[in-house]
Amino acid sequence: MIPGSFSYHRPASVADAVKLLSDLGEDARPLAGGHSLVPMMKLRLASPAHLVDLHGIAGLKGISRNGNNLVIGAMTTQHDLLASEEVAKSIPILREAALLIADPQVRYRGTIGGNVANGDPGNDMPALMMALGASYRLEGTNGARDVAAADFYQGAYFTALEPGEILTSVSVPVPAAGHGYAYEKLKRKVGDYATAAAAVVLTMAGGKVATCSIGLTNVHETPLLAADAAKAVIGTSLDAATLKKAAAAAEAIMAPAADARGPVEYRKHVGGIMVTRALQRAAANAK
Amino acid sequence: MNDMTPTREQRTAALEGMGCKRKRVEDIRFTQGKGNYVDDVKLPGMLHGDFVRSPHPHARVKKIDDSEALKVPGVLAVITAETLKTVNLAWMPTLAGDVQMVLADGKVLFQNQEVAFVVATDRYAADDGINKVVVEYEPLPPLVDPFKSMDADAPVLREDLAGKTSGAHGPRKHHNHIFEWTVGDKELTDAAFKKAEVTIKEMISYHRTHPSPLETCQCVCSFDKIKGELTIYGTFQAPHVIRTVVSLIAKLPEQKIHVIAPDIGGGFGNKVGAYPGYICAAVASIVTGKPVKWVEDRIENLTATSFARDYHMTTEIAATKDGKVTGLRVHVLADHGAFDACADPSKWPAGFFNIVTGSYDFPTAHLAVDGVYTNKAPGGVAYRCSFRVTEAAYCIERAMDILAQKLNMDPAELRLKNFIKPEQFPYHSALGWEYDSGDYHTAMRKMMETTGYAALRKEQAEKRAAFARGETREIMGLGVSFFTEIVGAGPSKNCDILGIAMFDSCEIRMHPTGAGIARMGTKSQGQGHETTWAQIIATEIGIPADNIMVEEGNTDTAPYGLGTYGSRSTPVAGAAIAMAARKIKAKAQMIAAYKLEVHEDDLEWDIDGFRVKGLPEKFMSMKDICWAAYNSVPPGMEPGLEAVSYYDPPNMTYPFGAYLCVMDIDVDTGVYKVRRFYALDDCGTRINPMIIEGQVHGGLTEAFAIAMGQEIRYDEAGNVVTGSFMDFFMPTAVETPHWETDFTVTPSPHHPIGAKGVGESPNVGGVPAFSNAVNDAFSFLGSTHIQMPHDYWRNWKAAKQLGAVA
Repeated sequence: MIPGSFSYHRPASVADAVKLLSDLGEDARPLAGGHSLVPMMKLRLASPAHLVDLHGIAGLKGISRNGNNLVIGAMTTQHDLLASEEVAKSIPILREAALLIADPQVRYRGTIGGNVANGDPGNDMPALMMALGASYRLEGTNGARDVAAADFYQGAYFTALEPGEILTSVSVPVPAAGHGYAYEKLKRKVGDYATAAAAVVLTMAGGKVATCSIGLTNVHETPLLAADAAKAVIGTSLDAATLKKAAAAAEAIMAPAADARGPVEYRKHVGGIMVTRALQRAAANAK
Repeated sequence: MNDMTPTREQRTAALEGMGCKRKRVEDIRFTQGKGNYVDDVKLPGMLHGDFVRSPHPHARVKKIDDSEALKVPGVLAVITAETLKTVNLAWMPTLAGDVQMVLADGKVLFQNQEVAFVVATDRYAADDGINKVVVEYEPLPPLVDPFKSMDADAPVLREDLAGKTSGAHGPRKHHNHIFEWTVGDKELTDAAFKKAEVTIKEMISYHRTHPSPLETCQCVCSFDKIKGELTIYGTFQAPHVIRTVVSLIAKLPEQKIHVIAPDIGGGFGNKVGAYPGYICAAVASIVTGKPVKWVEDRIENLTATSFARDYHMTTEIAATKDGKVTGLRVHVLADHGAFDACADPSKWPAGFFNIVTGSYDFPTAHLAVDGVYTNKAPGGVAYRCSFRVTEAAYCIERAMDILAQKLNMDPAELRLKNFIKPEQFPYHSALGWEYDSGDYHTAMRKMMETTGYAALRKEQAEKRAAFARGETREIMGLGVSFFTEIVGAGPSKNCDILGIAMFDSCEIRMHPTGAGIARMGTKSQGQGHETTWAQIIATEIGIPADNIMVEEGNTDTAPYGLGTYGSRSTPVAGAAIAMAARKIKAKAQMIAAYKLEVHEDDLEWDIDGFRVKGLPEKFMSMKDICWAAYNSVPPGMEPGLEAVSYYDPPNMTYPFGAYLCVMDIDVDTGVYKVRRFYALDDCGTRINPMIIEGQVHGGLTEAFAIAMGQEIRYDEAGNVVTGSFMDFFMPTAVETPHWETDFTVTPSPHHPIGAKGVGESPNVGGVPAFSNAVNDAFSFLGSTHIQMPHDYWRNWKAAKQLGAVA
C-alpha cells in the first residue's frame, strides 16, 4: 500500500497543464480528487512517473449558468455540488446522486471531472450525465472540443480523451420545469459502488410519460443509456406491464461482471428493479 | 455531625466503585488523538521492514534473486528463509503444537505468504525493494475445498510432515489431516439416536472470517548488542507469553527481553499469536544493529494474519416427539489453512467446542472434530469469543431452530422445554463441563415479555398470509438465540499455553497519600481496563477509583499473566485484583487496629475505612491507613502497603443471554432490514454497566457483520478475493442496527466478586440470532437451513430457489 516514486507538478493554467501532459507523454497522469488514481498507485497497479495536479488551476472550479445549461468546472467537488442552490433547484437529480457517492470525507475531495473522466463503470455520475444529455469540454494542445457524454465512454477506463487532453468542464442541459427524476442505487454499504443503479429523468403530460431517458450504472463495462427501455414507457401511464417491459429492455443491454456484489444474473435482475423503481419514483415526483 | 459530613451514599458514590457508570479514563487520550500506539513508536535510526509475498496459493520456490533489490537506494538487507536458517528461525512453533514457516522454505502454501523481508531506511524504499525482488515459482495444484482435503489424490501440502503419522494431538489419518479430537460417549449417543422418535441432521457451516481490528498487527524490535537485550514494542494481547515464546525460540535469556504492548487499537483474537513479521523484525534488528519497525497494511492483515472460524459442522439432534432432546451428535470438519496456528489452550485442538450442548439438558452427546490443511492462510483464532465457543453456539442454536421447525414447535418454547433448570447448577454437561450458575428460564421469559414475542409471532403469521396472497414482497423473520458461553480460561487443571498455566495476576502498591498503582498480567485493547480494574479496587479497599492508576502491558513491571482474550480478564485477572485488594485490606485492618488501640476483630469495614464496632466515632479511613503504613505500623510489621495475587480459577465462568432479532427481507432484491434487536446478557456481577453496554454494542455490530456478509473468501484457484474493506463487510454507523440491551444478574458462585465476563457474549449470541432470523423468515417457503453469510444476493438466491422469485 505504498506508491512508487513520482514527480509532482502543479500548473497554474489549463494551457500549462496540457503542455505538461503533452510533453511528459504517457508517463504523466492528471490528478484531480485522487480517489481512483491514488489507491491504484498505492497498490502499484498504476505507477505514473509524473502527477499533474489540477488543484492549482483556479478556472476549473465552480458552477455557472450558461443559457439553458449548467456548466460545472471539472475540479468542482461533490461537496460543492451538494452545497449549490442552483443545482438543487434546476437539476435536483445531481444532488440526489451526489449524496449516494461514498461518504462526506470522499465528497469533500472527489471531483465531478474525475468522476466522469476516469471511465470507471462503477462511478455514479457518468450514467446520469448520459441520461441528462450532458457534454464534456476536452482541452488539449490542439484546442478545445465538446463530446457528448453518450459518445465519451468506450470501455472500462477507456474514453474519448486523447493523450494530453484534460476534461475541463461538464455542461448539463437543465431539464424542463416540473420534470420527474430519480436515481435508484442498490449498494451493500456506504462507500460501495452500485450493485446496480438507474437514473431516470422524465416529463409527464396528462398522466402519461411524455419524454424519458434512462441511464444505468455499473452493469456493463461502460455506463449505459437504456434507449429501448425509455422508448417503451413513452405514452404510457407506467402500468405494471409497461414497467415489466422497460425492465426487460434494460436488462437486455446489461452485461455486468460477477463479483462479490453478486452473480451476473442477480446484478441484472436488480438492475431491472432499479429501473422500475426509478421510473415509478420519477413519475411520482414529476409535476 | 455537622451538615458537611458526607452521607453513606455520598461516600460510596465518591469511590466510583463497582456498579458505577464511571466514564472511561482512557478516553481522555483516545478522543484527543493522544493515544500511544506501536506505529507512534519512533526510535533513533529506526529501519522499516516489509514483505515480498507469494502471488500463488501453492508453488515451489525455485529461486529468490535479491540483487536488483539491494541496489535500490535505502535498501539494506533482504532476509529469506536461508538467512533465518543461520539462526535456526526459518520455522517457528505455533500455539497449537504445529510448526509454521516464518519465510517460504522451498514452497509457498497460501496466497500472500511471506517469502522475503526487505529492510530499508524507510517504508517507501522497503516497498521499492520488494518490487525488485525476483522470485521464480513453479505453481502446484491448490487445495481449496476442505471437503476434498482428505481425498486419496489430494495434493500433499506439508512436505515437512512426510511420514509423520501422528501430530501434537494424536494420530493423523491422511497427509493433509492435522488431528481428530473426540469427546463424549459414542455408544450411548448412538443408542439414543437409534430409539429416537424424531431426529434432525444438517451440515451447518460457519464460514471463514477475520477479526480485522482497525489497528493492524505491528511491532518495533530493537536489539542492543552491547547489553544483549531485545526490546519489542508490539500489538500483543498477551505480552508475557510473547516474551516467553521469544526467549524459547530465539534462545535469549528471558530477563534480557523487554516486551511492551502500548495502546492497542482492537485485537479480537488477531493479536494473540506470533507472526512472521515479529520474528523477521527481531532478526533484522539483530542483523543490522538498528531498531526495525514492521507494520502490516490492511490487505496483509486480512489475507495473511490469522483468520477465524471455517468450521463445517454436521449436526444431529435426537428428540422425543413432544420436543425433549435426548442426544446430540456433531462432526466438525475444521479448515486450519496451511499451518495449524489456532490460538487455543495447548491441550484443546478445537478449543472449548464441547460447549456445543449449549443451554440444554442433553442426557448424552458425542463430538468429533477433524482438523485439515488447505492452501489458505493459517490460523483459527478466537474472534471475539472464547475458543471455538461462537462456532459451538451457532451450531446448537441453529440446530435447535431446525428441530423446532421439524416438530412444528415455537423455537422459544422448544428452548424453554429443554433448558438446564436453575436447581441443576452446578451442572455437569454430557461433554464434560461443569456449568457454574444460571437461570435460563427467567432470562428467556424476560426477553419474550419485553419484546412482545407472542405479538411478533402473530404479526409474522399475518405477513406470511399477505405474502401468499401477493399483497407484499416482504417476509419477516424472528431470530431467537439463547447462548451459554464458557469463558475465563482457565483453571490450571485443564488450561495451559505451552505449559504455562492460565492464571492471571495483579499487583497493587498503595502510596502514603492514599493513592496507588495497580498492574496486571492482562492487556486492554479497548476493553477499558484502566477504568474497570480501578473500580474493583475502589470497592474492595475504599479508595476512590480516580486515585488508582492502572498499568498493563510492560513485562518488566507488570506481574506475569496470560493476557486478554477469550473473555478471561474479568474472570481471572478480575479475581486476582479482588484477592490482591483483600490482602491490602487485611494488612490495613492490622494497622487500623493498632492505631485505634483495639483488637482487629473489634473492627468492621465501613465503605472507605475501619470503624470500631459499637463506637461509631472511632473510625480510621483507608486514606489515613495508607499514611500510617509508611510511618507507624505495629511493632514487628514491615512498613508499606502492597500486595500481589496470582489467581488460578477453580472453574470457568458461564455467561449466558437471550437475544431476539426481528428482520424484514425484500425477496426481490434480498435487501434486509433489522427492524429490532434485543440483547439480554447475564454476565454475573456488573462492574461498570456503561462499559458492558459498550461491549455489547461492539460485539453485536461484529455479529451483524459476520452473519450478514463478512467473509474471507477464496476462489477455486486459491486466490483470496476479499482483501479490502470494499469487499470484506465492515459495517459503518449507517448500516448498523439500533441495539436494545437488557440484563439479569446471576453471580458466579466461585468468583470472588461473582463476575463472569461479557466482552464476547454479543458476538457469540448475536450471530445465531441474525442467522436464525433469516432462516426463520424463509422457513415457511420450505427451507430448513440457509448457510451464512446472508448478504443481499444470497438472500435473493434463497428466495429464487424456494420459488418466491421468478
